[in-house]
Amino acid sequence: MTGKLEAGDRVRIASVNPPGHRRTPFYIRGKEGVIERACGEFANPEELGHGFDGLPKKRLYRVRFKQTDLWADYTGGPADTVDVDVYEHWLQPLPAKPQGQGDRA
Amino acid sequence: MSAEHEHAHDHEHEHGHDHAHAHGHEHAHDHDHGAPHPLAADDTSPPGRYELMIMAMRDLLIEKDVITAEQVRKGFETLDSWQPARGAQIVARAWTDPAYKARLLADGNEAIADFGLNMGGAKLTVVENTDDVQNVIVCTLCSCYPRAVLGLPPDWYRSKAYRARVVVEPRAVVKELGLDLPDDVAIRVHDSLADLRYLVIPRRPAGTEGWNEAQLAAIVTRDCMVGVANPQVS
Repeated sequence: MTGKLEAGDRVRIASVNPPGHRRTPFYIRGKEGVIERACGEFANPEELGHGFDGLPKKRLYRVRFKQTDLWADYTGGPADTVDVDVYEHWLQPLPAKPQGQGDRA
Repeated sequence: MSAEHEHAHDHEHEHGHDHAHAHGHEHAHDHDHGAPHPLAADDTSPPGRYELMIMAMRDLLIEKDVITAEQVRKGFETLDSWQPARGAQIVARAWTDPAYKARLLADGNEAIADFGLNMGGAKLTVVENTDDVQNVIVCTLCSCYPRAVLGLPPDWYRSKAYRARVVVEPRAVVKELGLDLPDDVAIRVHDSLADLRYLVIPRRPAGTEGWNEAQLAAIVTRDCMVGVANPQVS
């Protein structure tokens, strides 16, 4: 569980494999991304999928991943991205990158 | 149903059997579920777990007079009446009215209410193509799609090939669909998995200066609003 995140915050998607109705795809689990925007709070679909009320509501975020971070053999450019909507309980905040380190080229 | 559900499907088949005995549904008793719904496309493959549950629920609700077959048919008719033309009107308004576009980008649900549309419980996130970015929509887990503005998704959008490949090799996929993106245009894939739905505002093509909304809407096709094509002026 995390506090409220903001656009630009770096996160890692939990690298876990729980059973049940999960809306976080495998290809981003364990990967680093950046919060693109906060989307508000929604009843948790992972609970709704099993007939529960999905409460309390969970914060939903759009997380942006660089394609080159997701796929080792990605052939497109470094600016290509995938945006995924991810619930807060999958997100682990990461420290901001030090100045000068920059993004992976 | 999909391969990953085959095990569950077998299990569910047994369940369906018991269910059929308990309620005397002879048609569900044989394994071919010999009474396919007349509104479903012909499909000779065995029904999957969820199809079985849907059929059983529908039959029970009708049998117990909770709903009628007529209501089910009307529900399909309503779904089928939702057409991509709705989304095209929205894009045309955004092209001609900067204030409307700003509202659309800020809060899609609020802005589409101008057209009498609502997203139900989902949140419409509108993304705009620019000279530098091409947005493309997918749902890798199933077939989440902005039905209120685009109608039902096309078969290719629901195909495993599109869903699996467009997040891994989007440039190759859109090229196969006829969109040859220059290397200096970034491709931004949006995987709509939970409560967000997406609508792409394409770039307004040159040669449409002075066009009214109806003329503009006519060149905004469904695939342009999914992001795998761009509007063409003939």
